[in-house]
Amino acid sequence: MNPSTQQTPSQRPFPRREILLFGGLALVVLAVFASMGPAYATRMMVEAACYAILALGLTIQWGYAGQFNAGIMGFVALGGFSATFFSIPVNHAFWASDLPGRLGWVLLAIVAAVALVLAVSRIDRLGVPRWLRTLITVIVALIAYLVVISWLRSVTGDIESQVEFIGGLGLPVWLGWIVGGVLAGGIGYVIGHICLGLRSDYLVIATLGIAEIIKAFLKNSDWLTRGTATISPLPWPVPDPGEVGFVTARALYFCVTAVLIAVIFFLLHRAYHAPWGRMIRAIRDNEVSAAAMGKSINRRRQEIFVFGCILMGLGGAVLTSFTGIFDPQGYLPLNHTFLVLVMVILGGPGNNLGTLFGAVLVYVIWIMSGPLALALMHLVTALGGDWFGWQPGNLDSRALQARVFVIGLLILLVLRFAPRGMIPERVAQHD
Amino acid sequence: MNELIYFFNYVVVAGSVTGCIYAMGAIGVTLIYSILRFAHFAHADMMTLGAFVVLLLTLAFPHAGDALGLPTAIVMLPLAMIFTSLVAVGIDRVFYQPLRAHGVKPIVMVIASLGVTLMLQGLIRLFSGTGAESLYVEARKAIFRIELPGVTRPIIITEPQVILFVVTLVAVIGLHLFLTRARLGKAMRAMSDNPDLARASGINTKLIITLTWIIAGSLATLAGTLLSLDVAFKPDLSFFLLLPIFAAAIVGGVGHPYGAIAGGFLVGFAETLAVFNWSVLLRPLRDSLPSWLELPNNLALVGTEYKIVVPFFILIAVLIWRPTGLFKGKVI
Repeated sequence: MNPSTQQTPSQRPFPRREILLFGGLALVVLAVFASMGPAYATRMMVEAACYAILALGLTIQWGYAGQFNAGIMGFVALGGFSATFFSIPVNHAFWASDLPGRLGWVLLAIVAAVALVLAVSRIDRLGVPRWLRTLITVIVALIAYLVVISWLRSVTGDIESQVEFIGGLGLPVWLGWIVGGVLAGGIGYVIGHICLGLRSDYLVIATLGIAEIIKAFLKNSDWLTRGTATISPLPWPVPDPGEVGFVTARALYFCVTAVLIAVIFFLLHRAYHAPWGRMIRAIRDNEVSAAAMGKSINRRRQEIFVFGCILMGLGGAVLTSFTGIFDPQGYLPLNHTFLVLVMVILGGPGNNLGTLFGAVLVYVIWIMSGPLALALMHLVTALGGDWFGWQPGNLDSRALQARVFVIGLLILLVLRFAPRGMIPERVAQHD
Repeated sequence: MNELIYFFNYVVVAGSVTGCIYAMGAIGVTLIYSILRFAHFAHADMMTLGAFVVLLLTLAFPHAGDALGLPTAIVMLPLAMIFTSLVAVGIDRVFYQPLRAHGVKPIVMVIASLGVTLMLQGLIRLFSGTGAESLYVEARKAIFRIELPGVTRPIIITEPQVILFVVTLVAVIGLHLFLTRARLGKAMRAMSDNPDLARASGINTKLIITLTWIIAGSLATLAGTLLSLDVAFKPDLSFFLLLPIFAAAIVGGVGHPYGAIAGGFLVGFAETLAVFNWSVLLRPLRDSLPSWLELPNNLALVGTEYKIVVPFFILIAVLIWRPTGLFKGKVI
């Protein structure tokens, strides 16, 4: 994984490989249009476009800077929640009751508790010994936590029993998309702040953990998200299928995502070829010499990690709005983390065009592999039943597991045989 | 006294059980890290694989344990350990070794291990389905109740828990003797300290790597099987193990086997204490408390559904204040 060693000529060669690959991809997409019908194919294309945003987020983290984020699912779920919360209609029963006031007081109490604990943690400046300060801080924090959490439990319990959940804000959905990106970026900032100074393995563990925690929170906070009861339908920023029909509505949604991708792509392209991009690559390829040149390594890493997380939050918000249902249990590491990883490493980490190619190609394969895996599974069980008397139940879920295996194998094969992807990163040389 | 017994049953026993499991997992992770220098994310799935092999063997020979008076699963352990170790060595040969030969960055090895995780998960679920299954196929779990004088509530401990404590003790002592006394064990420590020097002084590094996978695979099988024996075999076991195991290895100091044991117990007890409802212990004091102070019914720090948060916060705390871990391991 050392792209800078490749000797590229100073003038840009004719992009034959790109044209061939994208031509082939267009043929594949056309084949899907022809065989599955336009409604199905447009849905697939919109989802592929949403995944492309996620993949662009990962490509700047992994491809530009060599940071591996294994918690894309968490940022996707966060973005999805934000899109949901902003766009669904207001729950008037909640706002008419005394519950918003009580919830507000609890939120104020949380702020006060945090302020109290922070204040107590500074009392060593008044001459209290440090060990005593630590002890007092821990005890105060524990008591404050228990008090606040019991108030919160009672309020949220009342919300669930009286008005089911707090509802949304009834605002335009694009506001939720932006806030989703900001929220994801904020979480990314905290995680990056803790882990980026250490070796990248820690980042993998921490992101893996935060993703599961975000999912657990969204799944169990019934007062906020209705939990497993799910929220649907989510409004779209374009006319929905009921008004203009499936194909037109999905095509309009695709236009929105295409504009988003074009903007992101343009900004990333400019950033990559700017001095900032060169600095990021220098840090990735040789940290020591970049530091010797006076570059602030941790700050640059932090920037790029937060940018990546913002894109993931945004992509997750767009994807969830399109799906039309907010189901915290529907966010799976396989679908929302590892699929994106395969897209990036197969397409070409660090190459935006390659990432787009990888995103569309892998998503088409992924979608079409469902029926294929099921057919294969039927064949295997028929043979297995004849030869060994093996008769497994629920074929559908097992067929899905076969796809898990294939994704894992694909990751290993790409790392082994094409570590730089189908369209490798192209580093411009300025002689 | 009843409350104390309750505390013992639900915290001391349960915490030790989780602690033993995490410790054995964390030893494997830490050994692989110290020899091969990457965080092996497929470890929790190796535990699941080991348990799954035991399940298959137990299904095939449900009465094999009767002659020895042990659960069949325990009798099948050695076979499963051999099988899992072979699989671990095979995975290393096919997937990790070529990457090592290319001299890739450690993070690429981590991604490869995530790929292995998915493959193992897919395979296990493909064959076992997604439901939970008990490892007691045609037998029943023995439960020991120890009555103490003057108390109504007995101390409850189950057969798999007793076996777990014994096996952990034996495994840890065995590993300690191996690492400090045996020639290969010393070679292993030498390679962990300085791989180049170890190679230059004639240590067969390939053999050491193979040995590491065998030890890690066997420990993973032990931990996975004993955990499944205590509760039930679930194909998605690894999800709940991955984060605590890594937290344990990092808390103890990466590359430090004894630290991993301490870290395993620390994380195990922290989890159990965090979800324990403390108001049970305070209930006898209720009558003597002043009237303005009313005890809430639920004094647990976090709900059971947020158990996964605990190892994460331990991990974060260690990363902030002491990245080398409690026992001064290496910083990954």
